Amino acid sequence: MSILVDGNTKVICQGITGSAGSFHTKGCLDYGTKMVGGVVPNKGGTKDPSGLPVFNTCYEAVEATGADATMIFVPPAFAADAILEAADAGIGLIVCITEGIPVLDMMRVRRALALGSGKGPRLIGPNCPGVITPGVHGKGCKIGIMPGYIHKPADKAESKKAVGIISRSGTLTYEAVWQTSNLGIGQTTCVGIGGDPVRGLNFVDCLVLFNADAQTDGIVLIGEIGGTDEEKAAEFIKNHVRKPVVAFIAGRTAPPGRRMGHAGAIISGGEGSAESKLAALKDAGCHIADSPGDIGSTMARALGFSA
Amino acid sequence: MKVHEYQARELLSQFGIPVPPGIVAENPADAARAFEELQSRYRAKLAVVKAQVHAGGRGKGGGVKLVKSADEARRVAYVMLSKPLVTPQTGPKGVQVTKVLVAAGVDIAKEYYLGMAVDRATGYPTMIASSEGGVDIEHVAATQPQAIIREPVSPVTGLLPFQARKVAYRMGFRGQQVRAAGKIMHQLSDLFLKTDASLAEINPLVVTKPTEENPDGLVIAIDAKVNFDDNALGRQNEVSAMGDPLEEDPAELRAKRFGLSFIKLDGNIGCLVNGAGLAMATMDLIKLHGGMPANFLDVGGSASEEAVTEAFRIVLDDPKVKGVLVNIFGGIMKCDTIAAAIIGAAREVGFKVPLVVRLEGTNVEQARRMLEKARKDIKALQIATDLTDAAVKITSAVKGRGTKRAGKTSSRGKTIASSRSVRRPAAKSRSTGRSKKRLTAGKR
Repeated sequence: MSILVDGNTKVICQGITGSAGSFHTKGCLDYGTKMVGGVVPNKGGTKDPSGLPVFNTCYEAVEATGADATMIFVPPAFAADAILEAADAGIGLIVCITEGIPVLDMMRVRRALALGSGKGPRLIGPNCPGVITPGVHGKGCKIGIMPGYIHKPADKAESKKAVGIISRSGTLTYEAVWQTSNLGIGQTTCVGIGGDPVRGLNFVDCLVLFNADAQTDGIVLIGEIGGTDEEKAAEFIKNHVRKPVVAFIAGRTAPPGRRMGHAGAIISGGEGSAESKLAALKDAGCHIADSPGDIGSTMARALGFSA
Repeated sequence: MKVHEYQARELLSQFGIPVPPGIVAENPADAARAFEELQSRYRAKLAVVKAQVHAGGRGKGGGVKLVKSADEARRVAYVMLSKPLVTPQTGPKGVQVTKVLVAAGVDIAKEYYLGMAVDRATGYPTMIASSEGGVDIEHVAATQPQAIIREPVSPVTGLLPFQARKVAYRMGFRGQQVRAAGKIMHQLSDLFLKTDASLAEINPLVVTKPTEENPDGLVIAIDAKVNFDDNALGRQNEVSAMGDPLEEDPAELRAKRFGLSFIKLDGNIGCLVNGAGLAMATMDLIKLHGGMPANFLDVGGSASEEAVTEAFRIVLDDPKVKGVLVNIFGGIMKCDTIAAAIIGAAREVGFKVPLVVRLEGTNVEQARRMLEKARKDIKALQIATDLTDAAVKITSAVKGRGTKRAGKTSSRGKTIASSRSVRRPAAKSRSTGRSKKRLTAGKR
């Protein structure tokens, strides 16, 4: 089992003819994702470099392909509109890779789609690596920019254990994936929720799904400074999650008031420090990885075998 | 992006919010003339001279002074403009002041706080108000949370009239003040949404002493602070034009031009990483192993060889850097691009300090072969097998150098590392971290 996406998910790419869009569409196709087409206004009727049909609108794409997910590579100024179009066309899972969307646009998107209410479509991102359910060709689904080969499908895991990974950071997710894979631990699904302050799915939304997924034996949560989402995740874990959770928080050495790359990674007004997040997660019974190099081994110990 | 107080006041005026008259001066003579003009045109008896720097806490550093004459304005301006201003937020070196604002004094009856910020927890722009103004609002939030009023504002409709009335009455406004304060709230909400602000604060918002013409007093903004969303600067030309390059670190500006995200820190181990999260984690890792990071540097997901070479130049330009750690997990970023940049940078700038490289991900085999071949020429280069190995190699290489240079034991580096970086954030979280508040207001 997995969450959000699996081998049956049919995916389109908005912005498929751009350099990033076409490059990563090919990457997803190569991984075995059922990519079924793309959307670029005024390019309808053409084919992308991988030979997929291009449509003018999401409505045409959904009608022709039956797509149930989309991957967005539209430039930041137009990305919020692309999200809203996908939702209006009835696409249930929207993965927005675009970085640099104005926060006001995202606040409007959240209102318009009633995100966080549990109704309506699911949005992953923006400013995220995407989502992947690892699987050998045709069984898995990669929607995003992560390198596929570092992952280990749950049914191929030597340890017979598989974990779910939720992360605000891209490359740090790869780190956690790589370390668990090397220890023979598979991944059911990995969700990069993104580094922006206002976004779609949060830690808690993903925790609910992983907690209910029978195949997920443990959960890796990778947070960073800024905001209070890790504290909310800790509260949920304390009350509902009985699977082992390994947590790492990036930014213990970050100075307050400075934005650390991600728009969301800033300690301001005394809120969002690594210490407060780690204290909450520890209190919730999470296994804390002090070093980013120990995420995999901490999970191995938490699952009851030594690494 | 931050702007100066005088620019924030101009913006407030543009949106119709009343502010007392003020004039910007760049030298003492102009400051004196500004006082005279405020006196003759606006019948001002007093004025406040305020140093225009982005850092807060100006009052504590002598950057805000009340003056009673043109001559006093001249003298005060001279002092402010002649030496760097040190405030609790500038660091010990302070910042150079190039402009002062001379603003007319106001007879204040009562001070309030009015601000607007993004509440990350709810995803709403939120109006924040308090009848306890003129002081550090974070202090109020920590000590009297019930004195803080929060009103979520729809990013679609803006503040609605009933919301303004609700907030105004709760703030304690009465009579004509309710209408006046409500109008300012609408104007502030407008400003926030139309300029893509991330924070807009009026502190203090004041009611002036009653006069015959205005028996309820006037509601006006005395001091303002506005920050903007960097992601929206592309559609906010007027806002972008207000940026002050003098307030930015030259190395950080240089990095920005190449699409790099760079922040200067205090330590001696330079870092070059892809991805913001991994870059932060790499800094943490260095500290965990007893070292101190010299910078945060995210080369991004798809940097060119040219940009990565520039990144090496920026890191190595810092004389404090005694070693460099490269940590790349290639996704879109290809490891061979990094390897080529390392070899190019070695040829061009040379590595006089130890260099530890840890590569993983896309095209890693090719990159490793390139680096193995180059090792003969780049003596400083060590290749690490994983994160922990990288941290151990760079911290011990830097300590070794520290020992040679300073002629002291390596434990010295450790003491510095722990006293500087462990205590500072801990002290902060003790004082304010518990208070569950959601303000994004910066410290003044």
